Amino acid sequence: MSALLKIRRASPMLTVQDRGRRGLLHAGVSGSGPMDPPAFALANALVGNGPEAAGLEFAGFGGTFEVTAPVRIAVTGGEAQLSRDGTALAPWESHDLAPGQVLSVGALKDAVWGYIAVSGGIETPPVLGARATHLRTGLGGHEGRALREGDELPLGETAVGPCLRLRSPLPRATGPIRVVPGPQDDFFDEAAWAAFAGGAFTVSATRDRMATALEGQEIRAAKGHDIVSDGTPLGSVQVPGSGRPIVLMAERQTTGGYPKIATVASADLPRLAQTPSGAALSFTKVSREEAEDAALAARRALALAIDTLAPKGSLQLSSEYLLSVNLIDGVVGPEAAEP
Amino acid sequence: MTPRILAAGDQALTVELSSEVDEVVNARVIALARSLADDPLPGVEETVPTYRSLLVLYDPGTVRGAALGAALLERLGALDVRAGAARLWHVPVEYGGETALDLEEMARMKEMSPDELIALHGSAEYRVHMIGFAPGFTYLGGLPERLHTPRRATPRQFVAASSIGIGGKQASVNSVAGPSGWRFLGRTPLVPFDPAREEPFLFRAGDRIRFHPVTSAEAARLDAALARGESPVTPEVAA
Repeated sequence: MSALLKIRRASPMLTVQDRGRRGLLHAGVSGSGPMDPPAFALANALVGNGPEAAGLEFAGFGGTFEVTAPVRIAVTGGEAQLSRDGTALAPWESHDLAPGQVLSVGALKDAVWGYIAVSGGIETPPVLGARATHLRTGLGGHEGRALREGDELPLGETAVGPCLRLRSPLPRATGPIRVVPGPQDDFFDEAAWAAFAGGAFTVSATRDRMATALEGQEIRAAKGHDIVSDGTPLGSVQVPGSGRPIVLMAERQTTGGYPKIATVASADLPRLAQTPSGAALSFTKVSREEAEDAALAARRALALAIDTLAPKGSLQLSSEYLLSVNLIDGVVGPEAAEP
Repeated sequence: MTPRILAAGDQALTVELSSEVDEVVNARVIALARSLADDPLPGVEETVPTYRSLLVLYDPGTVRGAALGAALLERLGALDVRAGAARLWHVPVEYGGETALDLEEMARMKEMSPDELIALHGSAEYRVHMIGFAPGFTYLGGLPERLHTPRRATPRQFVAASSIGIGGKQASVNSVAGPSGWRFLGRTPLVPFDPAREEPFLFRAGDRIRFHPVTSAEAARLDAALARGESPVTPEVAA
C-alpha cells in the first residue's frame, strides 16, 4: 500500500502537474505542465525528487493536506503563507511532514501560480506518457480534473534525505517582457507594432492555464485577423479581431487561426505567468539570438540553484564547486553566515 | 510561393510553404514532417504539421534557430513527397438521429433532401490535412463545394465526440466532446481518440477518408464490437 497525500481542502484551481506531455503536439495533444517551470523544478529538487516527478500546482491559495507516511514537502512559486499544525513555515525550502500533521498552504502574496512538491512524487497513472493534468480535455492528473476535498493521491517511494533550502533566490529579470517578432509579424504595420512594443498593458482577469489575456491599446492586423490555422508554440502572442492580445500558455491548443505578432521569450514566460491580474506590463522586441541566449542563461541559473541547494542549518558551500560552474562572479558569498 | 522560415520564439520556428490551403502544399508539409521523423536533425524535438506549414520545436542548447532554419530549407529542397504510403479509411457514419444537429437545416439551406445531402457528403474522398485543436481532431480537405457552410453564429455548448462536422470549407471527424460552432450531420461509431488504447489516435495527417452511411442498427453493432475491444474497421494502405 503506497503512501497517500490526502486533500482536506482544495483551492478551486489545484491540479496534478509534471513537466508536461511531450511528442504529441502533432496529434493535437497540448503539452500542459506547469505555468512556471523553474519554480516547479525547484519544488521537486527541494524535496529530493527528480525533474520528472509530479507535484501540485495551485492558483491563489493551496489548501490543506495530510499524508499517511512521513514525507518532505516544499512550496514554491511565490511568498506563500504556509503552516504545519498552525506553525508558520517558509516557502522555497523543504519541511518534514508526518502522518497526523496538517499542512496548510495559504495565499500567494506576490505571485499567481504556486507549487507543492512531496518527496516521492505524486504517482497518479500516467496518461499519454505524462501525469500533467489538461483540464480542457480531461486528460491526466487525477481523473483529468482539478482536485477536490476528499481526494487521495498515491505517492512514490520517499528516499530519506535532509530538508533543503536555496542558497539565493532564483534570479528573475525585471523590465519589459522580451518578445521575438513572428511568426506573423508581417501582418502588423508600424502603428500596430508601436501599440504593441511601445504600449502599456495590464494582465486581464481573464486568464487561466491556457492563456493570459492582456488589456491595453487595441492592436490591428493590417492583413486581417484570420490566418489558415498553423501551429501555436508556447508564448505565442495571438491577436484576434478584438485587437486584444492573448498570450498562449501551458494548456494552449496545438493549432490556431489568429495571427501571432510575436512570441514571448521563454526566459520571460514564467514572469508573465506570475504577473498578477491588473498589474502593468510592457513588451520589448529582441532578436531570436538574444532570446536564445536568455533561455540558455535561465537554464544555467536554474541548474545552479538546484545544484547548490543546501541542507538546512548548514553554512558551508564548496567554493571549488562554485568555481567549477564558473558562475559565481561575486553573486554568492559562499562563506557568509546564513540563518 | 517560396518557402519561408518564420521565427516563433527561441525554441520553435515555422517552415511556411504557403499562406493558403492547398493539397500539394499539405503533402509537402507532411512529407517534411515524415522526413524529420525518419532522419532527425540534431536539436529538433517535435514537429506539428498543419495545412500549409510545419512548426518545428528545437532545443537552442543543441542548435540555434538560424542554423536550423537553413538546414530545414535544405531538407525541403531534397524532399521526396511521394515517400510513404497514404492510408485510406472507410468510416461508417450514422447520418441522422440525435447527433445530426444540422442535417435538416442544412438540407433546407442547400435546397436538397437530407438523403441527397448525405449522398453528396459520402461521394467525396477526403484528406486529413492536419490533427489539431484537440487530441485527435481531424481537419479534412475535400468537402464538395455545395456543402461549404459558414459556422453557426452562436456555437453550441456541447457536441458529442465522434461527430461528423462541416465548418466553412472544412470537414471534420470530431474527437472529443465540447463546444463547437460547426455543423453536424451525424456520428461515426469509430473512436478517433482513446487515451487508454494501445494506439490512442486513429487518424493522422496525410490519411484519406471516405464516409459510408450505416443504419442505426449497424452503428449499434459496431459500437458493441468496439466496446469489446475489437477493431472492425482498419485502413487500406495504398501506394
